[in-house]
Amino acid sequence: MPNALVFIQHDQGRVLKGSLVAISAAKQLAAAWGCSGLDGIALGPGAKAAASEAAGYGLASVKFSESPIFEKYRAEPYSRAVALAAKEAGSQCVVGLSSSTGKDFLPRVAVLMDACQASDIIAVNADGSLRRPMYAGNIIADVELAAGNRIVSVRGTAFPPAQKEGASGSVSELQLSGDPELHEQPRFGEVVGYELSKAERPELADAEVVVSGGRALASAENFEKVIFPLADSLKAAVGASRAAVDSGYAPNDWQVGQTGKVVAPSLYIAVGISGAIQHLAGMKDSKVIVAINKDPDAPIFEVADFGLVADLFQAVPELTQAVKGARS
Amino acid sequence: MKILVPVKRVPDWQIKLKLLPDGSNIQTDGIKWILNTFDEIAVEEAIRLKEKGVVSEIVLVSLGPPDVRQRLEYALAMGADSAILIKHEGPADSDLAARALAEVYKRGGYSMILMGKQAIDSDSSQTAQLLAARLGLPQACFASKVVVEGESAVVTREVDGGLETVRLPLPCVVSTDLRLNEPRYAALPNLMKAKKKPFEELSLDALGVSPEVKVRIKSLSTPPARKAGRKLGSVAELIAALQGEAKVL
Repeated sequence: MPNALVFIQHDQGRVLKGSLVAISAAKQLAAAWGCSGLDGIALGPGAKAAASEAAGYGLASVKFSESPIFEKYRAEPYSRAVALAAKEAGSQCVVGLSSSTGKDFLPRVAVLMDACQASDIIAVNADGSLRRPMYAGNIIADVELAAGNRIVSVRGTAFPPAQKEGASGSVSELQLSGDPELHEQPRFGEVVGYELSKAERPELADAEVVVSGGRALASAENFEKVIFPLADSLKAAVGASRAAVDSGYAPNDWQVGQTGKVVAPSLYIAVGISGAIQHLAGMKDSKVIVAINKDPDAPIFEVADFGLVADLFQAVPELTQAVKGARS
Repeated sequence: MKILVPVKRVPDWQIKLKLLPDGSNIQTDGIKWILNTFDEIAVEEAIRLKEKGVVSEIVLVSLGPPDVRQRLEYALAMGADSAILIKHEGPADSDLAARALAEVYKRGGYSMILMGKQAIDSDSSQTAQLLAARLGLPQACFASKVVVEGESAVVTREVDGGLETVRLPLPCVVSTDLRLNEPRYAALPNLMKAKKKPFEELSLDALGVSPEVKVRIKSLSTPPARKAGRKLGSVAELIAALQGEAKVL
């Protein structure tokens, strides 16, 4: 089978850790499916730097384009450019991170390449079938993809990030003349605004430590007063349960769970979270789970390594002080 | 304007799913079915757009066995105008759904396709995007706000790191995220009236769509259960465990 092409998602030239996870999954896919090698594609401002960085992780060649067409992400031009890069590299398989960007545009690449897609895979089986969660992670499916072109999106916590290799692949610009429709911007619509969450803490998806709060916090102010200091003492990202988000205590992009983000940090601290199935689906692969809840029968204790049955308003500030003490 | 709302019937997320002994599927005998959570949000948003006078007609469409009719009747009772059921008994994947839905859209007159961002059974999050690409339409996925202004839709999207607002020319495809709205309940009298609303049954054959499935489920299993740990008596014990035993502090 010909090459596989990895979509390199980056932030202004800085390759996301999730893209290294996608490269790592693509290496396993290439081995299971007999692909001859791996290439990459990076788009948008900083794509050249991202391509150069990604080329050091075992990709034979990486294309980039910093054309103004890709300045603001849109699914239509991104999918057309990735399909074009796949065609030029002779790739039958495109692999990308299952981020909000990957989820958004990869299915469009599938249509352009007449391919089928497996979403959010968590493992590559020896027989070439792929493992992915269904039903909010309550069921695990092994799926087989039809012959022909294939698209695979990868869960960002499911594979170890790729390691730097000695030799670096070639880096060159993607020529956009191969697809005239790429230039039909108005048809695709335009981005008219952003409202980005403040990024004073690590990204939830890549953080080593996550502190999440649930409905028991009872207000956005309490989130700030109780959860933030503990998170900052641990240099942790802040997460929230769906109940806390629905109640307006935390923004939606902090939501950990099947309908929000899936995280797998070294340490996950669940504060005032009962442990609904949909939340557990988003964090149960964390290495160490701590639960603090005053209800001794809360389901969260069934997955926690260490549980503390306590009033969070007393226990969490005490824990914050103890962490600061232990670290100083 | 006329709007197409594709919906899927899925097992109730509140029930504990069991697998068939051979792992080929979940046990579906006697289980409770619901309208996919995100599709229900799409139905609600379509109704709100109609209440604002933006939308004049809401057409529902679903792919599945004959008894999906009950779920469609529920959405009709919420306030949709008519429903189409593409009857299909065998396996289906996002690609098959998108190919069938595209043919229904092509029958004409729609200014928008509004649907859930993912089905809570297969969790693939592909159909809206596949449909948009297949029809050459612009898309706004994971919507938390939808405003129609003249010939364009202004959609706020939930993306990693925050919110992004896009303006798309109509017709377009919009997929709904959780926070867009809270769906209403269908009132009992409306459930009776819904049975009299226009209901069309179609087949893949009639639409000229092949039932081929490209993503085949080989087997299903339940994930390994995580072992429960132990409850500690104090913050001091917790700190000791995190430092000594777990070595994460």
